[in-house]
Amino acid sequence: MAEQRTFPTPEADPDTEAFWAAAKQGKLMLGSCKSCGEKHYYPRGMCPHCGSSNVELTQASGKGEIYSWSVLRRAQPPYAIAYVTLEEGPTMMTNIIEADLDSLSIGQKVVLKFSPTENPDGPPVPTFKPA
Amino acid sequence: MSINGKAYIAGVYEHPTRKAVDKSLAQLHAESALGALADAGLSKDDVDGYFCAGDVPGLGALSMVDYMGLNLRHMDTTESGGSSYVIHVGHAAEAIAMGKCSVALITLAGRPRAEGMATGTAPRNYGSTSPDVAFEFPFGPTVVNMYAMCAMRHMYQYGTTSEQLAWIKVAASHHAQHNEHAMLRDVVTVEDVVNSPMISDPLHRLDCCVISDGGGAIIVTSPEIAKSLKRPLVKVLGVGESPKTQMGGKIDLTYSGAVRSGKTAFDEAKVKPSDMKYASIYDSFTITVLMQLEDLGFCEKGKGGAFVSDGNLISGVGKLPFNTDGGGLCNNHPANRGGLTKVVEAVRQLRGEAHPAVQVKNCDLALAHGTGGSLGTRHGSATVIMERE
Repeated sequence: MAEQRTFPTPEADPDTEAFWAAAKQGKLMLGSCKSCGEKHYYPRGMCPHCGSSNVELTQASGKGEIYSWSVLRRAQPPYAIAYVTLEEGPTMMTNIIEADLDSLSIGQKVVLKFSPTENPDGPPVPTFKPA
Repeated sequence: MSINGKAYIAGVYEHPTRKAVDKSLAQLHAESALGALADAGLSKDDVDGYFCAGDVPGLGALSMVDYMGLNLRHMDTTESGGSSYVIHVGHAAEAIAMGKCSVALITLAGRPRAEGMATGTAPRNYGSTSPDVAFEFPFGPTVVNMYAMCAMRHMYQYGTTSEQLAWIKVAASHHAQHNEHAMLRDVVTVEDVVNSPMISDPLHRLDCCVISDGGGAIIVTSPEIAKSLKRPLVKVLGVGESPKTQMGGKIDLTYSGAVRSGKTAFDEAKVKPSDMKYASIYDSFTITVLMQLEDLGFCEKGKGGAFVSDGNLISGVGKLPFNTDGGGLCNNHPANRGGLTKVVEAVRQLRGEAHPAVQVKNCDLALAHGTGGSLGTRHGSATVIMERE
């Protein structure tokens, strides 16, 4: 297992407060459009697909697969950035944790595991580990 | 309305410095501007339009306009990373066609080496008001690992190999050996590239461009002014610009905005990729070149690996000579923004002023293409097609 990197704490804003509040409860939320029915990520105040502002947050299952990945070997410690395609459709940027960094592959099944961030009072970030 | 034939590139300049500890940022912009004006045979008082991007010091164009003492009737500060300056050529041609200016100056400069900037491997944070930052910055996106994810997906989807990507660096190095200003002048082999240290899988050190200080400038003029100067005539035939994003999570890392910017430029120029005698292709990484060549239509999507292999990009050897100055991979990547120098080398080729060892014979049609931002998240693409008249 690779040594864990320290995650910077994300800053919430009025657009994303509810997302990060849900993250504190261990829930990964997606943007969901009540007009066109499409999901989006990252969540925001308008649907990037149809332009409607009639959007809400819906909870993701936390299951997905790796769309692409790369291990930054020059970082200390090295870490795996990835795009993970969620069961619900959207693909999101994340890190793969608790994994052998030499055994990652595109299409690999992964599951959500939130990682704590630098500020203990701040929200955790949605990371994924091998399923 | 079209800009085809409405503007000419009358002057270009690439600052020779690669490490500028003894010069200010404003000074590098100004020296580049004066270099391009001298190349064109014009003076600063002829300039009535100024185009610059986010690398200038101060508020938009204003500080540099003040520093250089310009008297303008048009300015444009379109910012799209390294692709900005290719966009500026297009915007300058549009402004000239509309009669908003007649001598347009475009400048670029930067000092990432002198300032000790961790260019490729440190996460960039554009500030907490950038809506994507909270969803990305914690995961450590850097320049190199974002381009690496594009390469990884391209390999998965199309069977592209590290050896094929390496050919792009090999071609650049063959050209750079003849450029006295190039940072890396040693010719390298495919083995050298794939055996260089892994930076971010699957990109090795030699898949990455250089980090350099420097700058450059371009002068775009009306046809009347261009024809009054004693320089070879380089006509702007077509331009295109297009951003590409994460599309709300419908991410596809296998193509770039060049799909759109290239088509727009070729349609306006009324030429096709196979007509091009030379191409300057943005080369922040080897994968950048491969994807853009596919997206611009030089080969079928997914066949870029085969297209770049066996020296096909080497001048005098292959079918599509590219980046004959050594490009960003070997020569120069001033301010971490390579779009301007792409135009400069294309103009040298069209004028017959490239190094004799890499000069393309009868080079009458050329393309320059820039990518800015991150291929893996959000980027701008811009294409310009030029003709020697």
